[in-house]
Amino acid sequence: MAMPLHQFFTSTDYLLSLPMIMLALFGMGVLIIDLLLPPEWKRANAWTALVGLVFSAIAVYKVQIADRIAEAHGQAGSFVGFGGSLVADRFAIYFYYLFLAGAAIAILMSVKYLEIEREQHGEFYALVLFSVIGMMCMASGYDIVLLFVGLELMALSTYVLVGFLRRDQRSNEAALKYLLLGAFSSGIFAYGLSLFYGLAGSTNLGQIALTLEQHFLANPKDPVAILALLTTATGLLFKIAAVPFHQWAPDAYEGAPTSITGYMSVAVKAAGWALLLRIFLYMLYPLRPIYLPMIIFVSLATLTAGNLAALTQSNLKRLLAYSSIAHVGYMLLGLVAGNTNNASSTGIKGIMVYLLVYTFMNLGAFAVITSLRRRDIIGDEIDDIAGLMFKAPTEAILMLVFLLSLAGIPPLAGFWGKYFIFLSLIESGHYALATVAVLYAVLGLYYYMRIANAMFMRRAETAEPVSLSPGLRLALAITALGTVIIGIFPEVFLRAAAWSLSVPQASAVAGLLK
Amino acid sequence: MVPISYYLVLSAILFACGVLGFLIKRNVITIFMSIELMLNAVNLSFVAFASYWQALSGQVFVFFVMVVAAAEAAVGLAIIIAVFRTRQTLNPDRVNLLKL
Repeated sequence: MAMPLHQFFTSTDYLLSLPMIMLALFGMGVLIIDLLLPPEWKRANAWTALVGLVFSAIAVYKVQIADRIAEAHGQAGSFVGFGGSLVADRFAIYFYYLFLAGAAIAILMSVKYLEIEREQHGEFYALVLFSVIGMMCMASGYDIVLLFVGLELMALSTYVLVGFLRRDQRSNEAALKYLLLGAFSSGIFAYGLSLFYGLAGSTNLGQIALTLEQHFLANPKDPVAILALLTTATGLLFKIAAVPFHQWAPDAYEGAPTSITGYMSVAVKAAGWALLLRIFLYMLYPLRPIYLPMIIFVSLATLTAGNLAALTQSNLKRLLAYSSIAHVGYMLLGLVAGNTNNASSTGIKGIMVYLLVYTFMNLGAFAVITSLRRRDIIGDEIDDIAGLMFKAPTEAILMLVFLLSLAGIPPLAGFWGKYFIFLSLIESGHYALATVAVLYAVLGLYYYMRIANAMFMRRAETAEPVSLSPGLRLALAITALGTVIIGIFPEVFLRAAAWSLSVPQASAVAGLLK
Repeated sequence: MVPISYYLVLSAILFACGVLGFLIKRNVITIFMSIELMLNAVNLSFVAFASYWQALSGQVFVFFVMVVAAAEAAVGLAIIIAVFRTRQTLNPDRVNLLKL
């Protein structure tokens, strides 16, 4: 049966994939231009990559405008491309902007850092762009094939980025551990998807959800469905580094180049969350009574293990890795609170806000740590940040702002993330969980203040000055502005988060987002 | 005709072998092969279900899994070679600079 070409690739398909096409073109462009550049001009690759991110953002904006026009014609949220396997709904658009911002800030942080490490290669920036394509597929995929391919595209690019300092033993080791555990979790995830495919006979998330709903009514304790749920959830929880599947995170975070550690802890994690929300809210909501106890257990274990392990760390990157595990625990509580009975989506909104503010404050903290890398000083121990106040006062104060925001002190951005999670827990009647979460937030303040204590109260260990490259300055300015402005004027950003959930694709399916 | 449950049981056994190999083997290359075994178990169950439902989408998934497995092998072997160059060992227990 011969089909004309325009049915395989319609203009809607083109519009929806334009952000990814832009990134792919610029990513390949970086690879080719890199061959022509003399060694001292390699940093030009960073600017090419940044231009690519800007073009991609413009393409996302085009999609957003098209969505607005469709809404004016009463067809909001009807953007489906590639035979139903890709949806650019508002949920996806929100995540698109998040990924692009995270990647842009990470590239700004990397330029000088890679020169100090003597690993300034074009492949680095190309891989960052390719990983963003993977993330976009994860956020907008509505078909398990596309979701899996997007996940792997992101993961493979990140494995290489983690091991990018190939002469450094720690970087190699981190890449190896991340690769082995990441590939293992992808295998488990794919097995779960195969079982769901077997139950439903379709790879479309909506189709699978409809079949599961009927299947679950007829046979509530089907062992195959439960096994499929367990394996799929295991794979997803691995990706967001939730306890008990978190062991890879501290090692990968410590060994990776610092700017990539920051990138992994925000953009890669946000992509993992996009995938998790897409699957749990759009495909697995009929199984919610089964997975709810599991999520409660995992979130409590994540909060406990992340916060307690962070208390004793002496390495800054490792400390922030455990703190990011703890943050995942708070976000998982938002998933618990997304209650179908009273039709509240506060918990999910809390997760979206949390991911947004986390992008700024955590990248800011990692930007400060990146600046500690100087000649002959690795600069990722707490001892290395000691006395920062006397060397670079502005930087020390910005770091304090990021740390207070991470701890959730008002009026900084981090407060709003935690506020909505706790609010949703109280709204849905989970008082015990809310109490535990607040107590752990207090505990978190202790280890963030240990860093602040070292910066302000202790003398510097070395006399080597701390200097900021222009890229790093810009990254610090953006993240600091983001952290403070979201904290003081949260309304705009809260509206954006609410907007991202306002017209769920296939609203009959998205039971949690009423 | 062979019933579908035979294929699924075989796939589950292969998958369990892969998980077991991943957990107990002490050579990075063998661990890597165990992961490939897990992915092949996934492929078998997708093909079995695709023939059961008479739907092609499962077979499409298998093609993508094969491509992903090949890319993963390429990246994985590159990383393994980088690790071997800096340490002269393939035993993951001796790759322990980052404390667990």
